[in-house]
Amino acid sequence: MLLEDATKSAPAIMHSGKEYICLMELHGDVSDEELEKALQLFTGDIYQVPPVRSSVARRPRIRTIYSSRIVERDGRHVLLEVACSAGTYMRKLCHDIGEYLGVGAHMEELRRIRAGPFTERESASLLDVYSAWKAYREEGDDEELRQVVKPVEECVKLLPKVYVLDTAVDAICHGADLAVVGIARVESGIKEGDLTAIMTLKGELVALGISMMSSEQMLEATEGIAIDTTRVIMERQTYPSIWKGGLRKRPNT
Amino acid sequence: MDITPPWMRERELLVRIDADTDWGYGEKPEARPVEKLLKLGVINLDKHRGPTSHEVAATLKKMLSLSHAGHGGTLEPLV
Repeated sequence: MLLEDATKSAPAIMHSGKEYICLMELHGDVSDEELEKALQLFTGDIYQVPPVRSSVARRPRIRTIYSSRIVERDGRHVLLEVACSAGTYMRKLCHDIGEYLGVGAHMEELRRIRAGPFTERESASLLDVYSAWKAYREEGDDEELRQVVKPVEECVKLLPKVYVLDTAVDAICHGADLAVVGIARVESGIKEGDLTAIMTLKGELVALGISMMSSEQMLEATEGIAIDTTRVIMERQTYPSIWKGGLRKRPNT
Repeated sequence: MDITPPWMRERELLVRIDADTDWGYGEKPEARPVEKLLKLGVINLDKHRGPTSHEVAATLKKMLSLSHAGHGGTLEPLV
Protein backbone atom coordinates (compact mmCIF):
# COMPACT_ATOMS: atom_id res chain seq x y z
CA MET A 1 0.00 0.00 0.00
CA LEU A 2 1.47 3.32 -1.07
CA LEU A 3 0.96 6.38 1.11
CA GLU A 4 0.44 9.91 -0.28
CA ASP A 5 3.40 10.96 -2.47
CA ALA A 6 4.61 7.35 -2.58
CA THR A 7 1.58 6.47 -4.77
CA LYS A 8 3.55 7.94 -7.66
CA SER A 9 6.02 5.07 -7.43
CA ALA A 10 3.27 2.53 -8.28
CA PRO A 11 4.76 1.76 -11.73
CA ALA A 12 7.84 0.34 -10.00
CA ILE A 13 5.64 -2.30 -8.33
CA MET A 14 3.30 -2.87 -11.25
CA HIS A 15 6.18 -3.54 -13.64
CA SER A 16 8.03 -5.81 -11.25
CA GLY A 17 8.17 -9.60 -11.15
CA LYS A 18 5.66 -11.56 -9.06
CA GLU A 19 5.43 -14.89 -7.26
CA TYR A 20 2.22 -16.80 -6.80
CA ILE A 21 0.85 -19.85 -5.09
CA CYS A 22 -1.76 -21.15 -7.45
CA LEU A 23 -4.16 -24.08 -7.24
CA MET A 24 -4.73 -25.67 -10.62
CA GLU A 25 -7.32 -28.32 -11.33
CA LEU A 26 -6.68 -30.67 -14.22
CA HIS A 27 -9.73 -31.95 -16.07
CA GLY A 28 -8.24 -35.37 -16.71
CA ASP A 29 -5.59 -37.74 -15.40
CA VAL A 30 -1.98 -36.82 -16.05
CA SER A 31 1.17 -38.53 -14.79
CA ASP A 32 3.72 -36.67 -12.66
CA GLU A 33 6.25 -36.99 -15.50
CA GLU A 34 3.92 -35.44 -18.07
CA LEU A 35 3.07 -32.61 -15.70
CA GLU A 36 6.74 -31.90 -14.92
CA LYS A 37 7.47 -31.87 -18.63
CA ALA A 38 4.68 -29.36 -19.22
CA LEU A 39 5.98 -27.09 -16.46
CA GLN A 40 9.45 -27.26 -17.98
CA LEU A 41 8.02 -26.25 -21.34
CA PHE A 42 6.19 -23.33 -19.76
CA THR A 43 9.41 -21.99 -18.19
CA GLY A 44 11.34 -19.12 -19.77
CA ASP A 45 9.75 -16.89 -22.41
CA ILE A 46 6.18 -17.86 -23.25
CA TYR A 47 3.48 -16.38 -25.44
CA GLN A 48 0.36 -15.44 -23.57
CA VAL A 49 -2.94 -13.98 -24.78
CA PRO A 50 -4.53 -12.04 -21.89
CA PRO A 51 -7.83 -13.59 -20.71
CA VAL A 52 -11.23 -12.24 -21.80
CA ARG A 53 -11.72 -10.49 -18.47
CA SER A 54 -8.55 -8.46 -18.37
CA SER A 55 -7.57 -4.82 -18.40
CA VAL A 56 -5.19 -4.96 -21.36
CA ALA A 57 -5.46 -5.49 -25.12
CA ARG A 58 -6.03 -9.13 -25.98
CA ARG A 59 -3.10 -9.80 -28.26
CA PRO A 60 -0.33 -12.34 -27.70
CA ARG A 61 2.61 -11.00 -25.73
CA ILE A 62 5.80 -12.51 -24.41
CA ARG A 63 6.00 -13.04 -20.66
CA THR A 64 8.72 -14.79 -18.67
CA ILE A 65 8.19 -17.64 -16.24
CA TYR A 66 11.33 -17.64 -14.09
CA SER A 67 10.40 -20.86 -12.34
CA SER A 68 7.44 -23.03 -11.49
CA ARG A 69 7.33 -26.00 -9.20
CA ILE A 70 4.78 -28.37 -7.76
CA VAL A 71 4.36 -27.72 -4.04
CA GLU A 72 1.80 -30.47 -3.54
CA ARG A 73 -0.36 -32.70 -5.66
CA ASP A 74 -3.55 -34.57 -4.93
CA GLY A 75 -4.71 -36.26 -8.11
CA ARG A 76 -6.09 -33.57 -10.38
CA HIS A 77 -5.44 -30.79 -7.88
CA VAL A 78 -1.98 -29.30 -8.27
CA LEU A 79 -0.58 -26.60 -6.00
CA LEU A 80 2.00 -24.58 -7.92
CA GLU A 81 4.52 -21.96 -6.92
CA VAL A 82 5.27 -19.72 -9.90
CA ALA A 83 7.73 -16.85 -10.29
CA CYS A 84 7.02 -14.71 -13.34
CA SER A 85 7.40 -11.33 -14.98
CA ALA A 86 4.83 -8.55 -14.54
CA GLY A 87 1.56 -9.00 -16.39
CA THR A 88 1.61 -12.79 -16.51
CA TYR A 89 -1.85 -14.23 -16.00
CA MET A 90 -1.91 -17.33 -13.81
CA ARG A 91 -5.43 -18.22 -14.95
CA LYS A 92 -4.18 -18.27 -18.52
CA LEU A 93 -1.06 -20.24 -17.59
CA CYS A 94 -3.19 -22.95 -15.98
CA HIS A 95 -5.49 -23.01 -19.00
CA ASP A 96 -2.57 -23.25 -21.44
CA ILE A 97 -0.85 -26.03 -19.45
CA GLY A 98 -4.17 -27.91 -19.59
CA GLU A 99 -4.38 -27.41 -23.35
CA TYR A 100 -0.83 -28.66 -23.82
CA LEU A 101 -1.54 -31.76 -21.71
CA GLY A 102 -4.68 -32.37 -23.76
CA VAL A 103 -6.98 -32.72 -20.76
CA GLY A 104 -7.76 -29.09 -20.02
CA ALA A 105 -7.25 -27.30 -16.72
CA HIS A 106 -8.36 -24.23 -14.83
CA MET A 107 -7.22 -22.13 -11.91
CA GLU A 108 -9.12 -22.57 -8.69
CA GLU A 109 -7.32 -20.39 -6.16
CA LEU A 110 -4.64 -17.75 -6.33
CA ARG A 111 -2.49 -15.96 -3.81
CA ARG A 112 0.28 -13.51 -4.59
CA ILE A 113 3.29 -14.13 -2.38
CA ARG A 114 5.61 -11.55 -3.92
CA ALA A 115 5.24 -8.23 -5.76
CA GLY A 116 8.74 -7.04 -6.67
CA PRO A 117 10.69 -6.54 -3.43
CA PHE A 118 7.66 -7.22 -1.20
CA THR A 119 7.10 -10.76 0.01
CA GLU A 120 4.28 -12.36 1.94
CA ARG A 121 6.77 -13.49 4.57
CA GLU A 122 7.59 -9.87 5.48
CA SER A 123 4.08 -8.50 5.19
CA ALA A 124 2.01 -6.83 7.91
CA SER A 125 -1.69 -7.27 8.59
CA LEU A 126 -4.12 -4.38 8.91
CA LEU A 127 -4.16 -5.15 12.64
CA ASP A 128 -0.34 -4.82 12.81
CA VAL A 129 -0.64 -1.39 11.21
CA TYR A 130 -3.37 -0.36 13.63
CA SER A 131 -1.40 -1.48 16.68
CA ALA A 132 1.73 0.34 15.44
CA TRP A 133 -0.24 3.49 14.75
CA LYS A 134 -1.81 3.35 18.22
CA ALA A 135 1.58 2.98 19.92
CA TYR A 136 2.84 5.99 17.98
CA ARG A 137 -0.22 8.17 18.59
CA GLU A 138 -0.74 7.33 22.22
CA GLU A 139 2.81 6.79 23.50
CA GLY A 140 4.88 8.53 20.85
CA ASP A 141 6.70 5.27 20.21
CA ASP A 142 7.57 5.02 16.52
CA GLU A 143 9.51 1.75 16.63
CA GLU A 144 6.60 -0.50 15.65
CA LEU A 145 5.37 2.01 13.06
CA ARG A 146 8.77 2.04 11.35
CA GLN A 147 8.56 -1.76 11.17
CA VAL A 148 5.39 -1.58 9.07
CA VAL A 149 5.78 1.71 7.19
CA LYS A 150 8.90 1.58 5.04
CA PRO A 151 10.46 4.44 3.06
CA VAL A 152 9.25 4.74 -0.56
CA GLU A 153 12.78 3.74 -1.64
CA GLU A 154 11.80 0.12 -0.80
CA CYS A 155 9.57 0.19 -3.90
CA VAL A 156 12.54 0.67 -6.22
CA LYS A 157 14.82 -1.82 -4.50
CA LEU A 158 14.90 -4.07 -7.58
CA LEU A 159 15.04 -1.36 -10.24
CA PRO A 160 18.36 -0.31 -11.76
CA LYS A 161 19.49 2.97 -10.23
CA VAL A 162 21.30 6.09 -11.31
CA TYR A 163 22.66 8.41 -8.61
CA VAL A 164 22.74 12.09 -9.50
CA LEU A 165 24.66 15.15 -8.34
CA ASP A 166 22.94 17.40 -5.77
CA THR A 167 22.87 20.13 -8.42
CA ALA A 168 20.81 17.96 -10.79
CA VAL A 169 18.10 16.99 -8.29
CA ASP A 170 15.75 19.98 -8.34
CA ALA A 171 15.58 20.23 -12.13
CA ILE A 172 14.42 16.60 -12.20
CA CYS A 173 11.85 17.40 -9.48
CA HIS A 174 10.50 20.00 -11.92
CA GLY A 175 10.18 17.31 -14.59
CA ALA A 176 13.42 17.73 -16.51
CA ASP A 177 15.04 14.70 -18.12
CA LEU A 178 18.35 13.57 -16.66
CA ALA A 179 21.34 14.73 -18.70
CA VAL A 180 24.38 12.51 -18.57
CA VAL A 181 26.47 15.32 -17.02
CA GLY A 182 24.28 15.17 -13.90
CA ILE A 183 25.17 11.55 -13.14
CA ALA A 184 27.55 10.62 -10.34
CA ARG A 185 27.07 6.82 -10.15
CA VAL A 186 25.36 4.19 -12.28
CA GLU A 187 24.41 0.60 -11.62
CA SER A 188 25.60 -1.95 -14.13
CA GLY A 189 23.32 -3.76 -16.55
CA ILE A 190 21.03 -0.88 -17.57
CA LYS A 191 19.74 -1.25 -21.13
CA GLU A 192 18.03 1.37 -23.27
CA GLY A 193 14.31 1.36 -22.45
CA ASP A 194 14.65 0.06 -18.87
CA LEU A 195 12.49 1.52 -16.11
CA THR A 196 15.13 3.19 -13.94
CA ALA A 197 15.14 4.93 -10.55
CA ILE A 198 16.83 8.31 -10.24
CA MET A 199 18.35 8.59 -6.76
CA THR A 200 20.24 11.22 -4.76
CA LEU A 201 23.68 10.42 -3.38
CA LYS A 202 21.96 10.01 0.02
CA GLY A 203 19.85 7.21 -1.44
CA GLU A 204 16.58 9.17 -1.72
CA LEU A 205 14.22 8.42 -4.60
CA VAL A 206 13.86 11.46 -6.87
CA ALA A 207 11.97 10.11 -9.86
CA LEU A 208 11.32 7.18 -12.18
CA GLY A 209 12.25 7.29 -15.83
CA ILE A 210 13.03 5.30 -18.93
CA SER A 211 16.72 4.97 -19.72
CA MET A 212 17.83 6.27 -23.10
CA MET A 213 21.33 4.82 -22.72
CA SER A 214 23.04 1.71 -21.41
CA SER A 215 25.11 1.81 -18.20
CA GLU A 216 28.29 1.88 -20.30
CA GLN A 217 27.06 4.81 -22.38
CA MET A 218 26.13 6.71 -19.22
CA LEU A 219 29.70 6.29 -17.98
CA GLU A 220 31.36 7.28 -21.22
CA ALA A 221 29.12 9.89 -22.85
CA THR A 222 29.94 13.57 -22.31
CA GLU A 223 26.55 14.88 -23.42
CA GLY A 224 23.01 13.80 -24.10
CA ILE A 225 19.94 12.64 -22.21
CA ALA A 226 20.47 9.54 -20.09
CA ILE A 227 16.96 9.15 -18.66
CA ASP A 228 13.56 10.33 -19.82
CA THR A 229 11.82 11.32 -16.57
CA THR A 230 8.31 9.83 -16.36
CA ARG A 231 7.28 10.13 -12.66
CA VAL A 232 8.59 12.61 -10.11
CA ILE A 233 8.31 11.44 -6.50
CA MET A 234 10.47 13.92 -4.55
CA GLU A 235 8.96 17.24 -3.58
CA ARG A 236 10.30 20.30 -5.39
CA GLN A 237 12.82 22.44 -3.56
CA THR A 238 14.04 19.60 -1.36
CA TYR A 239 17.37 20.40 -3.01
CA PRO A 240 18.47 23.90 -4.13
CA SER A 241 17.38 25.22 -7.53
CA ILE A 242 20.86 25.90 -8.80
CA TRP A 243 19.62 25.45 -12.34
CA LYS A 244 17.40 28.53 -12.19
CA GLY A 245 18.82 30.97 -9.72
CA GLY A 246 22.21 29.99 -8.45
CA LEU A 247 23.38 29.54 -4.89
CA ARG A 248 21.48 32.50 -3.45
CA LYS A 249 18.40 30.28 -3.17
CA ARG A 250 20.05 28.08 -0.56
CA PRO A 251 17.92 28.23 2.60
CA ASN A 252 20.84 28.03 5.05
CA THR A 253 23.10 30.74 3.65
CA MET B 1 18.03 -17.26 -22.05
CA ASP B 2 18.37 -15.49 -18.71
CA ILE B 3 15.55 -16.53 -16.43
CA THR B 4 17.04 -15.18 -13.21
CA PRO B 5 14.19 -13.44 -11.38
CA PRO B 6 14.80 -9.71 -10.76
CA TRP B 7 15.11 -10.29 -7.00
CA MET B 8 18.13 -12.52 -7.55
CA ARG B 9 20.03 -10.35 -10.00
CA GLU B 10 23.07 -8.49 -8.78
CA ARG B 11 24.21 -5.10 -9.96
CA GLU B 12 27.52 -3.37 -9.58
CA LEU B 13 27.82 0.32 -8.67
CA LEU B 14 29.97 2.20 -11.18
CA VAL B 15 31.39 5.67 -10.53
CA ARG B 16 31.17 8.37 -13.20
CA ILE B 17 32.04 11.36 -11.03
CA ASP B 18 33.37 10.89 -7.51
CA ALA B 19 31.10 13.54 -5.98
CA ASP B 20 29.97 14.28 -2.43
CA THR B 21 26.52 15.30 -1.23
CA ASP B 22 25.64 18.33 0.89
CA TRP B 23 24.06 17.17 4.17
CA GLY B 24 22.27 20.52 4.44
CA TYR B 25 19.56 19.11 2.15
CA GLY B 26 17.45 15.98 2.26
CA GLU B 27 18.20 13.00 4.48
CA LYS B 28 18.87 9.29 4.33
CA PRO B 29 15.54 7.49 3.79
CA GLU B 30 15.83 5.60 7.07
CA ALA B 31 16.38 8.88 8.97
CA ARG B 32 13.14 10.44 7.71
CA PRO B 33 10.94 11.84 10.51
CA VAL B 34 7.68 9.88 11.02
CA GLU B 35 5.45 12.71 9.70
CA LYS B 36 7.41 12.68 6.45
CA LEU B 37 7.66 8.89 6.36
CA LEU B 38 3.86 8.69 6.41
CA LYS B 39 3.70 10.89 3.30
CA LEU B 40 6.44 8.99 1.53
CA GLY B 41 5.96 5.49 2.80
CA VAL B 42 4.94 2.04 1.74
CA ILE B 43 3.26 -0.75 3.69
CA ASN B 44 3.69 -4.36 2.61
CA LEU B 45 0.16 -5.31 3.49
CA ASP B 46 -1.16 -8.84 3.65
CA LYS B 47 -4.61 -8.60 2.10
CA HIS B 48 -6.85 -11.62 2.29
CA ARG B 49 -9.88 -12.39 0.18
CA GLY B 50 -12.81 -10.21 0.99
CA PRO B 51 -12.25 -6.48 0.96
CA THR B 52 -10.91 -5.10 -2.32
CA SER B 53 -7.52 -3.39 -2.53
CA HIS B 54 -9.43 -0.16 -2.98
CA GLU B 55 -11.41 -0.69 0.23
CA VAL B 56 -8.26 -1.53 2.18
CA ALA B 57 -6.61 1.65 0.84
CA ALA B 58 -9.60 3.66 2.06
CA THR B 59 -9.40 2.04 5.51
CA LEU B 60 -5.69 2.85 5.80
CA LYS B 61 -6.18 6.37 4.54
CA LYS B 62 -8.74 6.99 7.29
CA MET B 63 -6.71 5.23 10.00
CA LEU B 64 -3.50 7.15 9.30
CA SER B 65 -5.31 10.42 8.42
CA LEU B 66 -3.70 10.53 4.98
CA SER B 67 -4.71 12.72 2.07
CA HIS B 68 -4.16 9.89 -0.36
CA ALA B 69 -3.31 6.19 -0.42
CA GLY B 70 -3.18 3.72 -3.26
CA HIS B 71 -2.06 0.22 -4.05
CA GLY B 72 0.53 -1.20 -6.38
CA GLY B 73 -1.67 -3.56 -8.33
CA THR B 74 -4.51 -6.03 -7.98
CA LEU B 75 -4.95 -9.69 -8.70
CA GLU B 76 -7.27 -10.60 -11.50
CA PRO B 77 -10.80 -11.05 -10.17
CA LEU B 78 -11.61 -14.62 -9.20
CA VAL B 79 -14.63 -15.33 -11.35
